[in-house]
Amino acid sequence: MPDEAKVEEPSVIETIAVKVDGKQVAVPKLTPDWQGKLVPTTVLQACKHAGIEIPHYCYHPKLPVAGNCRMCLVHVGMPGRPGPDGKPPMNEDGSLKIDPMVLPYERGTPKGVIGCATNLIPGMEIYASSPETKEMREAVLESLLINHPLDCTICDQAGECKLQEYSMEHGQAESQFAEQKVHKPKAVDLGPRIVLDAERCVLCTRCIRFSADIAGDDALGIVNRGSYNSIATFPGAPFDNNYTLNTADICPVGALTSKDFRFQMRVWFLKETNSLCTGCATGCNTVIGSRENKMYRQEPRENDAVNGPWMCDSGRLDYKWIGSEKRLSKLNGATDWTTILAEITTNLEKAAVTSVAIIASARQTNEELFLLKKLADKFEAITDSVPRNGEGDHLLVNADKNPNSNGARLIGIAGETLGANLPAIAEGIENGTIKSLIVFGEDVTQHGISAALLEKLDLLIVSDIFANATTARAHYLLPGCAYAEKRGTFTNVKGQVQKFMKALDAPGNARAEWEFLHELVENVTGQNGFSTIEGLFNQMAGEVDAFKAKELNWAALGDDGVTVEI
Amino acid sequence: MAIKVQRVKLSLWERLFIPTLWNGFKVTLSHFLSFKKSKVYAEKNKDNKFKATLSYPEELWTVPPGFRGAPYLVSDQDAATKCVSCQLCEFVCPPKAIRITPPGEAGDTAHREGAEKMPKEFEIDMLRCIFCGYCEEVCPEEAIYLAKDYYEGYDEKMMRRDYALTGSNREEMIFNKDKLLERGGTHHDRIKKWEKKTADAKAQEMFPVEDKSKKERE
Repeated sequence: MPDEAKVEEPSVIETIAVKVDGKQVAVPKLTPDWQGKLVPTTVLQACKHAGIEIPHYCYHPKLPVAGNCRMCLVHVGMPGRPGPDGKPPMNEDGSLKIDPMVLPYERGTPKGVIGCATNLIPGMEIYASSPETKEMREAVLESLLINHPLDCTICDQAGECKLQEYSMEHGQAESQFAEQKVHKPKAVDLGPRIVLDAERCVLCTRCIRFSADIAGDDALGIVNRGSYNSIATFPGAPFDNNYTLNTADICPVGALTSKDFRFQMRVWFLKETNSLCTGCATGCNTVIGSRENKMYRQEPRENDAVNGPWMCDSGRLDYKWIGSEKRLSKLNGATDWTTILAEITTNLEKAAVTSVAIIASARQTNEELFLLKKLADKFEAITDSVPRNGEGDHLLVNADKNPNSNGARLIGIAGETLGANLPAIAEGIENGTIKSLIVFGEDVTQHGISAALLEKLDLLIVSDIFANATTARAHYLLPGCAYAEKRGTFTNVKGQVQKFMKALDAPGNARAEWEFLHELVENVTGQNGFSTIEGLFNQMAGEVDAFKAKELNWAALGDDGVTVEI
Repeated sequence: MAIKVQRVKLSLWERLFIPTLWNGFKVTLSHFLSFKKSKVYAEKNKDNKFKATLSYPEELWTVPPGFRGAPYLVSDQDAATKCVSCQLCEFVCPPKAIRITPPGEAGDTAHREGAEKMPKEFEIDMLRCIFCGYCEEVCPEEAIYLAKDYYEGYDEKMMRRDYALTGSNREEMIFNKDKLLERGGTHHDRIKKWEKKTADAKAQEMFPVEDKSKKERE
């Protein structure tokens, strides 16, 4: 696991001087490998430092290096071997003599090295854009394309396919291969979520290395020989672990595709929005792919502080409910937002101090919880949220299934143990001390506050996105938004405060919770709030201790978020 | 920044609009009365047979040669839908007149073995279409053509009169897949690449597309 193998970086970064395309660059001598262990920097990484991208298929920064696709071949120049005096050959002016590498048996032919697995040598010259390198790439690409079908029209990878991209950049327009292409099985059912098209595969083995080394399920391998090489599972053992869909992400071609996304939409139509997975407290960073208000997929977004480049299948596929027909889209209690908020304000103003209770959800954003906390402070209300526990695993899945339990704790909606106050609230309603209840995003009848108790309340304000036993009894029902329909921040299990963006429009009359809560708080407490999420976040950052300590603000969160003390 | 347009305040006389209307009519009327004396008329009436109107639909308008026709989907000689739902035409279409619904994982099996997919729905809004022909140009499957004449073997009674694309409402002018295929007719596919590919694969004892009936048996 990347975490266990973390090695402390030396305080002074040792550099090594090399030339990339004739330009002198100093690159760190050591670079973290896929486990975070410091290993000698490679030619490919040095080129990246110099701002030059070396094409590659099998190399992936978060996987062990295999060096089998040969796409990253580059022509390099090396210092000569030391002579009898122990000194390498020198030029007349006293500088190190660098010779471009040639084949030992054919001195006129340049020799390439694979960039992903060749360590740097001081003084090395890398000819990343030379005609020799280009010719090597063209040859490799032509050979990779020998048996590749021209399937782009029916291939889901088209548009984000490295083979397409490199063919445009480095490939030859015509193939010299006149023979019959080798055909391999297509649309092979590898497991419940992954389809294999063996013809399209370039045998980079990224999927095999991912399954064996990251997911810990050595399910895939290569069978058959020569041009009949293909990826396969053991007979009768489907490729079925909770991380299979990552192989579709890292597959540089269209060999492994997701069944969920198969033939759904061409990728170039998808609008990409940075978001977060709300399946558990890990808070994996995602990118939502949507078109015309319909969500088609979500993919992991690389964030080394949280999920690396991976995410679990269960979290990734947990989005179908967002576009559901059953979503609440109508207000209940009044016809429009202005009226309903005014009525709620009037009713709440009548409520006596301490007669109000608030049950929030740890699925709500920091901002929403912060606004609810303000309401709670006004009425000295008893507050809590609902715990949601499940099973965790060795990689990303956390046992806490709420995405924002730590946010609820930091903001003060819930104590260390979520749900500790729920019996007290039930008791309060039972003996009549609590007359008004505000519930956000939870069906409290499942958590110890029975329907009969809810009937006893004078005022029940509920916001949710699906109908349930609690919403059925609400005096005022406020339809809310799914995470993909609003902006906000979550605090994950490690205290990483991360923001997510809006990808879709909410159905019907549904409105983002922070929007109407901000109006309600302004009406009830008389304090001026912020009407933008940025302003609201910055206000919260100034009032919540843990956020204040880190001097958080919306802009500083960036794409990766900031860790706070929990 | 939005620009605020200052409205001119109209007087009562101007607000009646009657004088403005009258001025408009005057222009029309003057053209109407002076047309026969104009150069345009003299030019068109060289052979003394000029008529300003057509007895449509018995008499048809001559379509200018620059008109490319309207886009329709074609089937191959085996009556198989050629479109594989790659959505390139949808992407390239400048007025966004084309809308394709991809089949999804559970969609119908494609007519041609090996092609793997075909569109669930294919709509062209003929009111939006600008008849530019980009869709025909971009199509990798030769499945969409702009057509104005019937081609060989086509039922003459169904001869399309594309310059007279008509409908009684907007919905009618959105042509769906069936309508487009019907109007597109047959296009003889000389290459038959999917068929060839499937045959090659079978000769190598590889089965390019999963046999769905086999899957069901299991």
